[in-house]
Amino acid sequence: MYRHAGLAADDLSATPVEPLQRSPSRRRTPTASRVTARTHTIRPAYPFSAIVGQDEMKRAILIAAVEPAIGGVLVFGDRGTGKSTAVRGLAALLPTMAVVHGCRYGCAPGESCDCDTCRDILAGTRQSRVRRVPVPVVDLPLGASEDRVVGALDLEHALTQGIRRFEPGLLARAHRGFLYIDEVNLLEDHLVDLLIDVAASGENVVEREGLSVRHPARFVLIGSGNPEEGELRPQLLDRFGLSVEVRTSSDIAERVQVIKRRDAFERDPLAFAQAWATEDARIRRRLLAARSRLATTQVPDATLESAARLCVNLGTDGLRGELTLIRAARAQAALLGDGVVADGHLRQVAASALRHRLRRDPLDESGSTERIDRAVAEVFDA
Amino acid sequence: MGASEFFDSRGDVPTDADWALRIAAVDLAGIGGVRLRAAPGPARDEWLAALRAALPDGTPWRRVPSHIGDERLLGGIDLAATLRQGNVVMQPGVLAQAHGGAVILAMAERCDVGVASRIAQVVDAGSVVVLHAGLIDVQPARVGVVALDEASGDDAPLPGVIAERLGIDLWLGQSRPRLDAPTASSPHRDAVDRARALLPQVEANDAIVTALCEAALALGIASLRAPSLAWRVACIAAALDGRREVLAPDAALAARLVLGPRARARPRDPASSDEEPAPDRQGEEPESAGESAASPGPRDAGEPLDAATRDEAMSERLLEAAAVSLPKALLASIAAGTAARKTPATTPGRSGSARRSAVRGRPIGSARGALRGGARLDLLATLRAAAPWQAMRRRESPSCREGFLVRSDDFNVRRFRERRESTTVFAVDASGSQALHRLAETKGAVELLLADCYVRRDRVAVIAFRGAQAQLLLTPTRSLVHARRSLAGLPGGGGTPLASGLAAARELAATILRDGGTPLLVLLTDGSANVALDGAGGRERAFSDALATARAWAGLGASSLVIDTAPRAHEQARALARAMEARYIALPDADAHGLAKSIAGSGAAYVGER
Repeated sequence: MYRHAGLAADDLSATPVEPLQRSPSRRRTPTASRVTARTHTIRPAYPFSAIVGQDEMKRAILIAAVEPAIGGVLVFGDRGTGKSTAVRGLAALLPTMAVVHGCRYGCAPGESCDCDTCRDILAGTRQSRVRRVPVPVVDLPLGASEDRVVGALDLEHALTQGIRRFEPGLLARAHRGFLYIDEVNLLEDHLVDLLIDVAASGENVVEREGLSVRHPARFVLIGSGNPEEGELRPQLLDRFGLSVEVRTSSDIAERVQVIKRRDAFERDPLAFAQAWATEDARIRRRLLAARSRLATTQVPDATLESAARLCVNLGTDGLRGELTLIRAARAQAALLGDGVVADGHLRQVAASALRHRLRRDPLDESGSTERIDRAVAEVFDA
Repeated sequence: MGASEFFDSRGDVPTDADWALRIAAVDLAGIGGVRLRAAPGPARDEWLAALRAALPDGTPWRRVPSHIGDERLLGGIDLAATLRQGNVVMQPGVLAQAHGGAVILAMAERCDVGVASRIAQVVDAGSVVVLHAGLIDVQPARVGVVALDEASGDDAPLPGVIAERLGIDLWLGQSRPRLDAPTASSPHRDAVDRARALLPQVEANDAIVTALCEAALALGIASLRAPSLAWRVACIAAALDGRREVLAPDAALAARLVLGPRARARPRDPASSDEEPAPDRQGEEPESAGESAASPGPRDAGEPLDAATRDEAMSERLLEAAAVSLPKALLASIAAGTAARKTPATTPGRSGSARRSAVRGRPIGSARGALRGGARLDLLATLRAAAPWQAMRRRESPSCREGFLVRSDDFNVRRFRERRESTTVFAVDASGSQALHRLAETKGAVELLLADCYVRRDRVAVIAFRGAQAQLLLTPTRSLVHARRSLAGLPGGGGTPLASGLAAARELAATILRDGGTPLLVLLTDGSANVALDGAGGRERAFSDALATARAWAGLGASSLVIDTAPRAHEQARALARAMEARYIALPDADAHGLAKSIAGSGAAYVGER
């Protein structure tokens, strides 16, 4: 049977669905908040709403959170620009999610996977119970072995009982949450390939060491890196949905603001999180509203045509760019509360959606962002 | 440990090492940690011992080797104990054990980037997340890292992911005898304790934060972590002085300790150019914080100035203070427009080339072997190896409970073959003879090759030689934009130190080989050397030196390509290519694509796989 977090499973309050609004001090692992309560105080995440500037990055992450089908966000830029802070902050402000109690892979109620619990529920031999857990953010450390990422044979069971059993890896843990890879450009290619595959298909298939397992793994993939340390292979670039360039602001006032807030946070994380709780709640409401509005947001033919013209103008390969552009624009419209996707939404997301898909002359230094701005102006202002 | 032992009564002006020590002692985790750059020796040991003594009794102090495995670092299964006992035995990780204390990262510059990023994650989060068999365990781990950086010229630098998070960057001089000049005079323990208690009450100060931000920006530091850490260091400095208010001298000290070593650009002020700045200045002003905690002495920074001029003055001062701690070599390289380092003579015997082959790459099966050095257990093969002996082993040791009996002889570890990464080293002749003829064309050729390297995902490095010596313009990087930029900014003119150029290329190639890479040299020259290895003029000796270094290159066994850029193909360049056992190609014959093809061909011949 599946054990969780060294806690007796029944420990976790099973049924009553907790109210959505909870203190922002939620942690990033499914059971962490409870573990935390028992051991020591562990700092809450830095509030998403308290991040100064970096609007494009925040928008891209929000879009990916509204529309996971977008396929991940790539954040490239200087160190110390709040990339990981934004990811953790967003996950912390999301409402807790309902999972099937006892499911190894964190299925939502109504879903089912291949684990014993879900199978029993499907067969009717076990009653489905629901518990709420924070949205997970999983850090993928560089140099993580494939075993750790996709999962591997459970050593304990293999050695002590001779049972072949699957031990879920980081992909399973990230299900329905975020998988964050810092320095994705330094990660080995085969791992990046694998991650993008899983992120796109929403399913992790393991065929190794005599195991044959498949389990759901839908997550928002967020990769970040510093281009000075190496570039990402073009084939991989293209597979990320959105791409954002961040740099630290050279505006003194803004920089001072960042450091003051950080200092305030370091001094008293809880009080700081409290102070920003209302702002965070506002973003949460916006995000939830956008999610529920997404399905009914209209994409008129004229907008589709504009998107197509933009892509043709830029010469992006394949349809992936166009599709992402439209999905991102729709999510953006939903976030803004607009019922119909218009050219304005396309404009706002064009750079993020297409920047990394331009056929690149590796030696051309003129940024892709400028090229997109030019094309946007040509298509929309003509 | 009595307090008197580490109380420094000399009453000298505290050095940066002293300040770093005190500040680290007050709140090591708060400033991320210390990057301690020093050769191993008494000076470093003394500094570490003093830091340890200044921390509260019982503070964890854990040493982490640079290639520590995940199980030890983060916690995980204790394989030996698990096999012995037949049920899973977990062991806590070093980082969790060090909660509230210090982690000493030994030989940090050799630290695997994976290890570095894991430590960085823990430093960020203040906790360790261990995942095993569905067990998620979050353990608090608020640690400060002391990274012992022994890097000398030719080593890879400390991984940026960790260097970025360590507040203080301290160069500890060469080991000096204790009696004359103690590097790390120990702070008074009480003063440190008082400062620790006072620290939470230190007040925010917009003017100081602004000044630190401006200083960071002027020094070309993009990351916001740096000024943030500098602010914290300034707060600690104020607390050490018994104040709640952060004053300019605190900020100057913080700028020197935190911002200076990270400087990427030189502040605009052109006045004091290359000469070493005066040794005694602002930073020393917050005098002997340890002793005079109770009675803050008179200080000019406290003088009432109207706010605007005071702020102005402050960021000026911060800039100066930061410039002081720039190492001389860096200043020179910044002045040259790049952050390149000149590689000193190679130090043989520091091999790291075999390191990665057991850990990653394409799997090529498994074989019996010991579990060390990050090798991964092939479980099925291990169990298979153990299976036939079960009955026998059980008879031999009837005391064993049920379960599968595995012994260390059964271990099978996985083998991997890593595709070696190639690094193309461009050695570009930028001398006067070259400039006259065709430096522009040479640059064009290199750009073409760069585009090819981009496709092949090679790393590139650029060495230029002109005037008296060769210069490493670009350390191996995968960033083509950087390569191109460094090339574009390359001026022409001066003599042709061909031998130096080749020697520099050889050093670099040797380093690449040691790190397990495959170097490929592309030498673009017209072959008319006129500066000898020692910098003296004279065509004849210059060329014989060049031939000698060329033969030394051949001994390295790396492949190379000589592109003759002389207007008419020369016998000299051809002779050079023969000595190097390199392929020779004359630029006039080489149309653009021919060139790119020939380089790819010589790479393929060497790597075999491609």
